[in-house]
Amino acid sequence: MARKIRVLIGKPGLDGHDRGAKTIAAVLRDHGMEVIYTGLHQTPGMIAETALQEDVDVVGLSILSGAHMTLFPRVRAELEKRGMGHVLLTGGGIIPQEDSEALEKEGFGKLFGPGTRTEDIALWIQSTMEDRWKNEEIQA
Amino acid sequence: MSDIKLAAERGKVSDARKVWEEAFQKARLRDAEFTTISGASLKPVYGPDDVDLDHDRDLGYPGTFPFTRGPHPTMYRGRLWTMRQFAGFGSAQQTNERFKFLLDHGQTGLSVAFDFPTLMGYDSDDEVSLGEVGQVGVAISSLADMETLMSGIPMDRVSTSMTINGPAPILLAFYIACGEKQGVDPAKLRGTVQNDILKEYQAQHAWLVGAEPALRMITDVMEYCSEHVPLWNTISISGYHIREAGSTAAQELAFTLANGMEYVRRGVAAGMDVDAFAPRLSFFFDAHLDFFEEIAKFRAARRIWARKLRDEFGAKDPRSWMIRFHTQTAGVSLTAQQPENNIVRTALEALSAVLGGTQSLHTNSMDETLALPTEKAVKIALRTQQVIAEETEVAHVADPLAGSYFVEAQTKRLEDEAEAYFREIEKRGGVVPAIEAGYIQREIHHSALAYQLAVEKGTKKVVGVNTYVEALDAKPEIDILRIDPAVEEAQRAGLVALRGKRDALGARRELDAIREACRSGDNLLERFIAAAHAYCTLGEIANVLRAEFGEYKEPMIL
Repeated sequence: MARKIRVLIGKPGLDGHDRGAKTIAAVLRDHGMEVIYTGLHQTPGMIAETALQEDVDVVGLSILSGAHMTLFPRVRAELEKRGMGHVLLTGGGIIPQEDSEALEKEGFGKLFGPGTRTEDIALWIQSTMEDRWKNEEIQA
Repeated sequence: MSDIKLAAERGKVSDARKVWEEAFQKARLRDAEFTTISGASLKPVYGPDDVDLDHDRDLGYPGTFPFTRGPHPTMYRGRLWTMRQFAGFGSAQQTNERFKFLLDHGQTGLSVAFDFPTLMGYDSDDEVSLGEVGQVGVAISSLADMETLMSGIPMDRVSTSMTINGPAPILLAFYIACGEKQGVDPAKLRGTVQNDILKEYQAQHAWLVGAEPALRMITDVMEYCSEHVPLWNTISISGYHIREAGSTAAQELAFTLANGMEYVRRGVAAGMDVDAFAPRLSFFFDAHLDFFEEIAKFRAARRIWARKLRDEFGAKDPRSWMIRFHTQTAGVSLTAQQPENNIVRTALEALSAVLGGTQSLHTNSMDETLALPTEKAVKIALRTQQVIAEETEVAHVADPLAGSYFVEAQTKRLEDEAEAYFREIEKRGGVVPAIEAGYIQREIHHSALAYQLAVEKGTKKVVGVNTYVEALDAKPEIDILRIDPAVEEAQRAGLVALRGKRDALGARRELDAIREACRSGDNLLERFIAAAHAYCTLGEIANVLRAEFGEYKEPMIL
């Protein structure tokens, strides 16, 4: 595949747990993606701004603070404000299944919980982005 | 025994060894990686050749140098470990009720978990706190919240541990002021404030300002408490978060003790006598799943610290030499899949902490990979400790694994690996430069990644995750504790009311006095206590510190 998937891994809010975010960032890089990691304690606005500056295809949020129901919609709103509504917004963390189902229903990408294989996340991003690009080509 | 007989005995041993070696070479082995959970290789059996042990030099007796066998002569015959469950969620009112529930069920000390805004020094009504108030711990924005938290709990009789670091001196000030309001002399307060900023930069990542001003506030706390709050543990030097962030056992041991030695250096540099504050330093370790490696880690920690404090720092008071530590079972070892299995994991980890001689213990609840624990789950976790304490009879004998070839060899291995890290850190100019260069964070990250890949490759097994997987795992039938969004609303309203009610001029005067003390070098804890009484809020005080000292920026390691 010629085109490289560009991913932003973001840590929104005051949550300091970055083991998962850093692990995913390293694994996605090993799968040939361009990965940018925001670092800790980012506001939704900061994440969206970085997504815009770096022109990413995917934003993955890592949230272990229980604030996922607030933060996912806020990041999406900030992305839309910058004309980045098309970005694949996904993520993971300590998210009860009920909540991840609710968020997925609202159009967020798949959310990954504890015990997920990082490989599965990489493959999911790859196949989702390939499908999208194929559809774009057909429409073009 | 005669020489001839001894030689014969030796001959017998080596014959036996030969027989065993031959049999072992021929045998078929399981397809598994025979390493510790940290990846250290293991022999199939350990013997006298694997240990070079001088009893008096390396072990001693419980309560004697080098304290390998425990800090107290009686160990658990004198007193069982303190069963201390970390708790905190929602409002101060809700957490106060959970505390009373735990005390009613036989818990012997309190341990406060704060929410992220509090951990980062923001008020509940700050914009950055949106959605996080009361989520992973209790929201405490002022003395008023602390008064609610401790309401009906006699502060002169209960010991309280507070897990907070960046703003630790401010929360300690709230606690001292709250005691004064209850009529309790600060000299009677017992407990611990984590106050370990170095591991925040390395692993847990809840900070306020940079390392130098943060370390100054820590010495302010040590100084003030040695005079006014003498029973308080002014710092809990924590390996727990380092391990949870992905380190190996040896890294946890090494970085924690390196941090501890840095605090000692700072205290001495501030002009204190090492024996004036070292006895109030306490430690906090993780109890992970590798049973023997963990026991060895606890033993090695005591031995290393005793030698460093006596021989390198010249401490004279034996209480300065001995490590007393709290242990928490490994949160990272819990699985969202088949969560009931977590009860078993926690029990094994707790047993290693007890055999390792811990002074207090938190056992995790089975549902903590999903959310904060429910009352039922917390009760099972506490009962797990009670079963170990009351039914297994393991608490009668101090350091029961001493002399085991295997455990002694592991203890020595971990000690050697820790020493190697001390040299690496020194090469980089000490702990603070090593943090600023991202060295310690990078070491931890690499270990975390290696473990994750080992689990995905299947060389490290996790029941329910990569082996014995059940199809129905996706839907755990387990109740989840949810934080009502009304908590955030109530906190906001409470802060508005507080600011309207207090003596505004008095509050402003106290904030000015803090700014002055930042510049003059006067003791900041003393100022924070005065500000607490004037109902200055956490965020207001922290904002002065951020403005005066600047915020901390993490080095990027990826």
